Amino acid sequence: MPERQPLLRVEGLAHYFDVSPPLLNRVFEGKKRLFLKAVDDVSFHIKPGETFALVGESGCGKSTVARLIVRLYDPMRGTIEFEGQDISHVESRKDFLNFRRKAQMIFQDPYASLNPRWRVRDIVGEPIRAFGLLKDGETLDGRVGVLLNQVGLSPSDGDKYPHEFSGGQRQRISIARALSSNPDFLVCDEPTSALDVSVQAQILNLMKQLQRDLGLTYLFISHDLAVVYHMADHVGVMYLGRLAEVADSQSLFTRPRHPYTRLLLDALPDLENVGRERTPVAGEVPNPINPPPGCGFHPRCPFASERCRSERPELMAVDDGFVSCHAVEEGRMPEGIELPPLAETPD
Amino acid sequence: MSTLVRTRESLYRIIDSDIFYSFRSSPVTVGAAIVTLILVLGAIFAPLVTPHDPYDLEALNLMDAFNPPVWYEDGTWSFMLGTDDQGRGILSAIVYGMRLSLWVGLVAVLFSGVIGVALGLVAGYVGGNTDAVIMRVAEVQLTFPAILIALLIDGVLRGILPPFMIEELAIWVVIVSIGISGWPQYARTVRASTIVENNKEYVHAAVLTGIHPAMIMIRHVLPNVMGPVLVIATIQLAIAIINEATLSFLGVGIPVTEPSLGTLLRVGNNFLFSGEWWITVFPGVALALLVIAVNLVGDWMRDAFNPKLR
Repeated sequence: MPERQPLLRVEGLAHYFDVSPPLLNRVFEGKKRLFLKAVDDVSFHIKPGETFALVGESGCGKSTVARLIVRLYDPMRGTIEFEGQDISHVESRKDFLNFRRKAQMIFQDPYASLNPRWRVRDIVGEPIRAFGLLKDGETLDGRVGVLLNQVGLSPSDGDKYPHEFSGGQRQRISIARALSSNPDFLVCDEPTSALDVSVQAQILNLMKQLQRDLGLTYLFISHDLAVVYHMADHVGVMYLGRLAEVADSQSLFTRPRHPYTRLLLDALPDLENVGRERTPVAGEVPNPINPPPGCGFHPRCPFASERCRSERPELMAVDDGFVSCHAVEEGRMPEGIELPPLAETPD
Repeated sequence: MSTLVRTRESLYRIIDSDIFYSFRSSPVTVGAAIVTLILVLGAIFAPLVTPHDPYDLEALNLMDAFNPPVWYEDGTWSFMLGTDDQGRGILSAIVYGMRLSLWVGLVAVLFSGVIGVALGLVAGYVGGNTDAVIMRVAEVQLTFPAILIALLIDGVLRGILPPFMIEELAIWVVIVSIGISGWPQYARTVRASTIVENNKEYVHAAVLTGIHPAMIMIRHVLPNVMGPVLVIATIQLAIAIINEATLSFLGVGIPVTEPSLGTLLRVGNNFLFSGEWWITVFPGVALALLVIAVNLVGDWMRDAFNPKLR
């Protein structure tokens, strides 16, 4: 079977935020320019119909990757290929609008992602109007009704304002808006982290069902490993703006390679080992303005060697994924920490 | 579901709302609102509520000049608050003057509001150097008192305009001067709220639809930053009325033929020490009443719409 072409291929993506002190302070106090390395050399690809998840702690740059890919930010370095076309530097407005139509986003905060002064019908219909997909007012209303049905709301909800809905319902509206331009690719930036657990499951199941029905491809950003296990085909673990490990979901959760991935999985609460002694991890996430030399994880890593403190590990292929770790490369990692598989979240 | 039911529902919601409760429970605000309403209605229907038309030069009689108010021995009921040096009834002049003051204030506030909101939106949305330039200009202008700026612009405009047009356009010169002197207030507030709104995800979602940034600013951001603007506008209305009165008092505002409250004060000031106190005092009281009432309503709005104080 020939390999399917990836829908999205990200290569060497980097984005720094300028957090320099104001010009006057730099001139008179001799302060230096400062950059926050939010994303540094991130590469991965997503095949059509798959879900690729990015996980990591707050501030590791996963949301920035999401925003770079839909071009809310302009990437500083690297390429983003969508359907084989590099969209990191736009050639023509027409091509770019085509990309905009095909790649939409679901946002984290359902309370901030809907304009409070617009009716739901206008919110959901906006992409349709903006891309000129339907001109006639009546067919547009009909389409919005179909979309609202699709996400489990009633077409008559179109008359209401966002404040009349709960968080989960708002997230459904957000999904309906993202679907309204018939996209192939959805970037989901922590779509459930602001919701109650019971509502989270509803939204995740809705997203899975939509993926099956519409053949969608997801880039799924999350810090919740249980959610990622439920949703993702492939997982990328980010730490300090870099990818620590990329693997398919099954092997990442059963055989984590990178020490950071092991740490994350070890911190997962589970029902079987209540009260178990856990090895707490020393230290905090280092400041991304001034990251440690070498491997970004070495100050917290129990397997760090002299080489880890000076030389930055590159992402390298291991049998079923990619890992950036000297210890794995050198075979210093104690093998055989087989974790029991997570209980499947009931659908 | 008819529109009638919907209207009744929304009316009920307004009466039931926090804002209306805070309005009801503040007698000072209710009083100020009633005074403002009476003054505004009086100004709008000036020809109906006044006994004389002070702008009708033919109806004026110099024999009526310097009539005292009605409770003096030679006061008459037809000029309740007395007359000025040209025989104009002070009461009628006040009502007409208030009409002019309110008109100048409203248009000036609208003018500065449009400039300030537009510049604030652009500064907040575009950011970077555009933001820096607009905001530095606003800050420099704020270091001067607004009345000084208005006086300066008034002088410049009078210098540019041909002499025969100055009299005709006097009102508009005043409006433009006061309007330009007030824009930084709006620009600073709108810029700050725009930056807040900009970081909200509904603006990102709009960006993802590929529509033009100007459309995002007008259709998405603008409606969400207008709340504080309305509050500032109310407070600025009082300031604009005062500034108009100041300009007119200094003789560079509204001409004597169609006096505003400030012009009346200036005219009366000449006779203050010769015993005809009513020419100055009544317009002054009217001006103070108007400004205080509008200001109190504005203060209440500022507090009522500030979520941190609720």
